[in-house]
Amino acid sequence: MMLTVRNLSKAYAGRQVLLDISLTLRSGEKMLLLGPSGSGKSTLLACLCGLAQPDTGKVTLDDAPINDAIRRRHFGIVFQTLRLVSALSLSANLVLAQKLQTGRSDPALIAHLLERLGIAGRANARPHQLSQGEAQRAAIARALAVRPAILVADEPTSALDQTNAAIVARLLADLADEAGAALIIATHDERLRPHVPRTLTLAEGRIAA
Amino acid sequence: MISLALAYLRDRPLTSLLNMVLLGIAVAMLVLLLQLGTQANTRLARDTAGIDLVVGAKGSPLQLILSSVLHVDQPTGNIPIQARALVERDPAVARVVPLALGDNFRGYRIVGTDAGFAQLYRTRLAEGRAFAAPMEAVLGAEVARATGARPGQKFTGSHGLGSEDGQDQGHDHAPFVTVGIMAPTGGVADRLILTSVESVWQVHGIEANHEEGAGEHDHEHETGPDALEPELTALLVTYGNAAGALRVPAMVNRQSALQAAVPATEMARLLDLAGASFDAIRVFGWLLAAMGGLAIFVALVGIARAREGDLALLRVMGATRGQVFGTVMLEGMLTALAGAVTGWIAAHGLIMAARQTYPTLAELGLVPWQPLPAELAVLAGVVGIGALAALLPALTVYRLDPAQILARI
Repeated sequence: MMLTVRNLSKAYAGRQVLLDISLTLRSGEKMLLLGPSGSGKSTLLACLCGLAQPDTGKVTLDDAPINDAIRRRHFGIVFQTLRLVSALSLSANLVLAQKLQTGRSDPALIAHLLERLGIAGRANARPHQLSQGEAQRAAIARALAVRPAILVADEPTSALDQTNAAIVARLLADLADEAGAALIIATHDERLRPHVPRTLTLAEGRIAA
Repeated sequence: MISLALAYLRDRPLTSLLNMVLLGIAVAMLVLLLQLGTQANTRLARDTAGIDLVVGAKGSPLQLILSSVLHVDQPTGNIPIQARALVERDPAVARVVPLALGDNFRGYRIVGTDAGFAQLYRTRLAEGRAFAAPMEAVLGAEVARATGARPGQKFTGSHGLGSEDGQDQGHDHAPFVTVGIMAPTGGVADRLILTSVESVWQVHGIEANHEEGAGEHDHEHETGPDALEPELTALLVTYGNAAGALRVPAMVNRQSALQAAVPATEMARLLDLAGASFDAIRVFGWLLAAMGGLAIFVALVGIARAREGDLALLRVMGATRGQVFGTVMLEGMLTALAGAVTGWIAAHGLIMAARQTYPTLAELGLVPWQPLPAELAVLAGVVGIGALAALLPALTVYRLDPAQILARI
């Protein structure tokens, strides 16, 4: 499975946010999308996931343009604001994600993920009862619960201290390995470089390195 | 989606509860009205069945009907026993049942009458036999149950027609003997003690030698100018043909001491009077339900906005537009349904509590758990209000563009 971006450009309200971006990501590959705020990381992620349409260029997965069905089937997304459903418990959030994707839940996978992420004891807790770190892990667990081919995480360590940031980055890499998923982490946090083999630096909407 | 809607409802318990209570009160009011109106109508129809005319003393015709047919008010007075013969003379009259009231036993009216009463009210004996001799009595099913009286036992009546009347004016000198107990009828007869008219006279020291319809007094038994004349309280008249309705009331009303009251007319008037109040309460009930719907609408509009992110996420994760629309619709409808069911249970619970607190209501035959088809319409109407209230917020989330909301991811 290969995610391909070709000559992608996008502008918002007259401002060029992304300009002529091209990249590829293969199964199991891990990539850090590094750049300061406003460099276009989140917009690029939105285009990769099909949540935003490029003005020019295209994004394909195995030569198929990204659409809703492909996103639901192949992508697991960890949102910067986590977006856990507040009315549901941690485990219910995972069940909901699985049911919406496949129509059924996989309790064994959920139990494994919660255990693996060290939040099994918080399975029945509601999002507001979780610490920031627990909520972060819960969002990762939900993204992985749908067995994605590509795991996308936007600023997954922005609210964490250095130790926890490193733990989460390693965890994402390990879990992606275990799931056989490709991983893209968008971040401004240079501390994550050592944990992800490939780094793509964005500056003012262009690939800088 | 149902479990998600329930989770959202649980997530804001106070708002959900308040909306539910508001709708519950509305439903309780509407169901109570339905129950009381229907049960009153049924009861009145059953108790007045077969009685075309009531003849009694001048006064309020409604009071005459209430006292002589439903046995819930004081009689308008007494009438001479000759009135019976006067009415019976008309060939259109098929049956005249006399009533002589005045006493009670533990609040249950003792009714002096004849065998025609049992035919009129279609009563049958569960135990014992019908009264034959003076001071023999047959008890209604409710009377027997409440007093524990059995055939062969004696009791004495008290003056007055209610339990609070004449408790210190017992007729110990003239005890009745129970000879029979009626099977339950579900009507007014269950709360009555039947005896002969002569028994009632005898209890009050009135000589019964006046032959009804003879038009003459047996003066041998009078002991002075204040001697009591045997009288009746009312006559329950059944016509043999329609001509009776044209002739008999007019003939009765021409008598200076008598009045004729038509149960159907008086009951219609009573229900009209009550109906106006019922209508006002019914309008209030539906207004309250509309307010409940408005409260749900306001809550859901705010929630739809606050939950934009959640719902966009659901769409991104695979929920269809219809599913997120359904989630919001379900929240409104489940709130309304919970309120409706709570109100329904509360209404029937209130009837049950009232029945236990006020035994008279039980005696009047008020039944607590007797669902009516119209109640389903009330429940459906309230759930419809919930659906209507949820429609606009649900359409808002239906039109939501998840990509636009989550593009920032």
